[in-house]
Amino acid sequence: MKKYSHLLPNESEIELMLKASGHNSIDELYSDVPPEVMEDAPLNIPGPLTQMEIERKIGKILSTDGASQDNPPFLGGGIWPHYVPPAVRMIISRSEFYTSYTPYQAEVSQGILQALFEFQSLICDLMKMDAANASMYDWPSAAAEACRMAMRYKGRKRVLLASNSGFERRSVISTYLRGAGVEPEEVGFDPVTGLLDEGELEQKIGEDVAALYVEHPNFFGCVETGIKRIERIVHEKGALLIVGVEPTSLGILTPPGEYGADIAVGEGQPLGIPMNYGGPSLGLFAARGDLAFIRQMPGRIIGMTTEKGGDRRGFAMVLQTREQHIRRERATSNICTNQSLMAVAAAAYLSLLGSEGVRKLAKVITSNAHYTVKRINEVGKYEVPYFKGEFYSDFTVKQTTGKHGSELFNSLRSMNLFGGVPLSWFYKGYEDISLFSVTEVHTKDDVDRLVEALRKVA
Amino acid sequence: MTYRQARWNERLLIELSKKGRIGYVPPPSIEGDVELKIPSELRREHLDLPSLSELQVVRHFVRLSQMNFSVDTGMYPLGSCTMKYNPKLNDRIASSEKVEFAHPYQPHSSVQGLLSILYELSVCLAEITGMDEVNLQPAAGAQGELAGVLIIRKYHEVRGELDRRREIIIPDSAHGTNPASAAMANFDVVTVPSDERGIVDYEKLKGLVTDRTAGMMMTVPNTLGLFERDVLRIAKLIHEHGALMYYDGANLNAILGRVRPGKLGFDIVHLNLHKTFSTPHGGGGPGAGPIAVKSFLKDYLPVPVLRMTPDGHLEWVHNLPHTIGQLKGGYGNIGVLVRAYSYILTLGPNGLREVSEQAVVSSNYLMNQLNQEFYRISFAEGVPRKHEFVVSAKPLAARGSSAQQVAKALLDTGFHAPTVYFPLIVEEAMMIEPTESEPREVLDEYASILNSVGKKAFENPALYKHAPQNTAVGPLDEVKASHPLTLTLNWKGLRRSNEG
Repeated sequence: MKKYSHLLPNESEIELMLKASGHNSIDELYSDVPPEVMEDAPLNIPGPLTQMEIERKIGKILSTDGASQDNPPFLGGGIWPHYVPPAVRMIISRSEFYTSYTPYQAEVSQGILQALFEFQSLICDLMKMDAANASMYDWPSAAAEACRMAMRYKGRKRVLLASNSGFERRSVISTYLRGAGVEPEEVGFDPVTGLLDEGELEQKIGEDVAALYVEHPNFFGCVETGIKRIERIVHEKGALLIVGVEPTSLGILTPPGEYGADIAVGEGQPLGIPMNYGGPSLGLFAARGDLAFIRQMPGRIIGMTTEKGGDRRGFAMVLQTREQHIRRERATSNICTNQSLMAVAAAAYLSLLGSEGVRKLAKVITSNAHYTVKRINEVGKYEVPYFKGEFYSDFTVKQTTGKHGSELFNSLRSMNLFGGVPLSWFYKGYEDISLFSVTEVHTKDDVDRLVEALRKVA
Repeated sequence: MTYRQARWNERLLIELSKKGRIGYVPPPSIEGDVELKIPSELRREHLDLPSLSELQVVRHFVRLSQMNFSVDTGMYPLGSCTMKYNPKLNDRIASSEKVEFAHPYQPHSSVQGLLSILYELSVCLAEITGMDEVNLQPAAGAQGELAGVLIIRKYHEVRGELDRRREIIIPDSAHGTNPASAAMANFDVVTVPSDERGIVDYEKLKGLVTDRTAGMMMTVPNTLGLFERDVLRIAKLIHEHGALMYYDGANLNAILGRVRPGKLGFDIVHLNLHKTFSTPHGGGGPGAGPIAVKSFLKDYLPVPVLRMTPDGHLEWVHNLPHTIGQLKGGYGNIGVLVRAYSYILTLGPNGLREVSEQAVVSSNYLMNQLNQEFYRISFAEGVPRKHEFVVSAKPLAARGSSAQQVAKALLDTGFHAPTVYFPLIVEEAMMIEPTESEPREVLDEYASILNSVGKKAFENPALYKHAPQNTAVGPLDEVKASHPLTLTLNWKGLRRSNEG
């Protein structure tokens, strides 16, 4: 018996199987491989280990790590700590879902197809958009694909990015556009409010601009109160408005479809997905417009139909002629594998919460964030928020002592607190500004601990 | 015994909804609720999500799951998809609190354990592929391909040759993602045909490689399950013209421990951990598509890259001289990566090699049992296949049946269909990949069902026109599904029950 025999059911029948297929040895099956590339020496990798040994080994490796449900980080910016209801965990642990492939054979894959159709519907309801796809890898890549879609649809080559949007979204957009030979241009923000500089937008936008990408709330946590004016400026020049959102905030904020966004993207991780050190998360992608526009969307899209000649409902992948397996180099994107299971988690999460739950959750998140801000201000050594725009869950903190943000980050770390990403990681200057985040998972005890630590290190 | 898939009349969530119900109650706020100071026009008025109790939601999704075929319920031999068993240990490892509750911006010092797993995994993947440097960031195979073609692009740009090198050569047997990825980096796709051996036509290739060639993308073994035996001279030819060789790792499950892409002359490799390294497909994702390069390309990798300092501390480094930039948020699909590491530890060097050997044995064993009267082996008869093989249902099509009908008939037996109509170079293609996980008697059963379906379809070509019938739904109206007048992409417009 080998340590991995449980994975190789035919170990003892190899000879028999070889003979049955007219071969004498395994080597014979590789006889068409040039002998000079055949490896003789075994790979230099660890293992094999039994299941118990692996569980113990990895448990030990991870034992000194700081991540813990009891010590939620005060970190956001694109991935946030949230509570994952056990029902969501149970649903995505159904192995009928998680060990299935992309639903190419619709008749035996109705489960995942209906779940993804419902995910698309829930996202359309939440964002008030006309069509959502069945998921992208994550927020940054969804934002990048949105910019590519806008360029394709408008036939224009310039893309503007709000520089107060997340660093990772801006970098991934740049990577994707560079492939098309395009460098996105940034539009700055007001140094007091942290909101998009509308004057600069008006200067930079023109009829050669395909789209503006802007976040609401933005990376500093601020609600973009100028979003309606921004919409007018963008649409006047015939450009598209792409908005990036954090989905729980839509329990309070007007959805993108209602202020004229043409494409809405966002991070679905807050909807029932653990932080997972940044992945797997869930890219949200939705569009508003006519069918010609919807057809430019990347990714899988599920539609509802009926049985042939009957009225029993059924679900199938639709508009597949946009996709790589059919259209090859003329496809709207190369995406194939996406984040379906995470989309099922989000669908389960949103249906558990419903309208009332989402509204309540958003209220709790922003109330806790405002409470924490009040408490930090009481310390007296911090200016919170530094950017004055009204904030949702994330906010900026300035150390009035002038100390560097990374000093604060490390001091908090030494007290086993994770929070205060230095803004200087992402922007030139802003050495004494840090970014914090608070959600529904933070209790009064957690905030007390943070405030106490901030008092100590000030 | 007749197979029957669950057939619930499961309504949509909005049709199950009733005002006043809730399935999860968020915790209260710490100290009373505050109102945001924003103009009223920015405050949401209508929010119209369904309202259900926890049981209703659970029952809904459990019923849906019962109408979903999966590896855990039956053999799923989709060619090039490597639907092997997903060991449960790996899920347990990935659901560790230390993984799930880690935030990507957390200080490096607080995630050294997790980083050391990622580092070890990179080292293992470099060894397995015979490459020098690995980057775990791409979220899926196609994103790995995008990384690869962007590296090719940047490499020529740095050398001042990008204006001239506009073309990527791709075999006609390649996956659709290859040309789609090349197009995303603005390359023109040049297709090289396969010859009668089912592999790249070397003579024709010679005529296509020019000083405009930027790179060549290959899948080895290819989608016909055939080893590209000319790969060494192909690599030589491509390199002589100053272009780069890209390896699509979709079919690595055939050659683990026996052949390393690095030794075949490839400069860039992507892997599909959700295929070869057993991480579950999740109904379409998430996956992970790490890329590996030879050392001369290591400065082109996506950032951030994981580095070990001289004192053994692991950290993410963001500045690389020629980096193509960042492809996704964070550092990769960590939950998937951790599972793959657990899989490698389970098997070790000999185990991985045996995985491939047994996948290849199973594929040849199954192919040999198929009745050639109905299923013609395409290309290169007598040459052993690797982990998968392709047959053509042309003899059945000639009588009015088709690969499609065979596929649908199979669904009625509790088995999943093979990949059909791919690769495009085989008419009525059926691409079958049994993987090492399936017990021999299941392979026997699959062969006997395929043969019996073939025989019946041959004798009565109309027999399976209305298949499948034992599944959650019968054949669907695909025309209606995609027709502009009936296209339904969400439940908007459907009558909402009890919602007023």
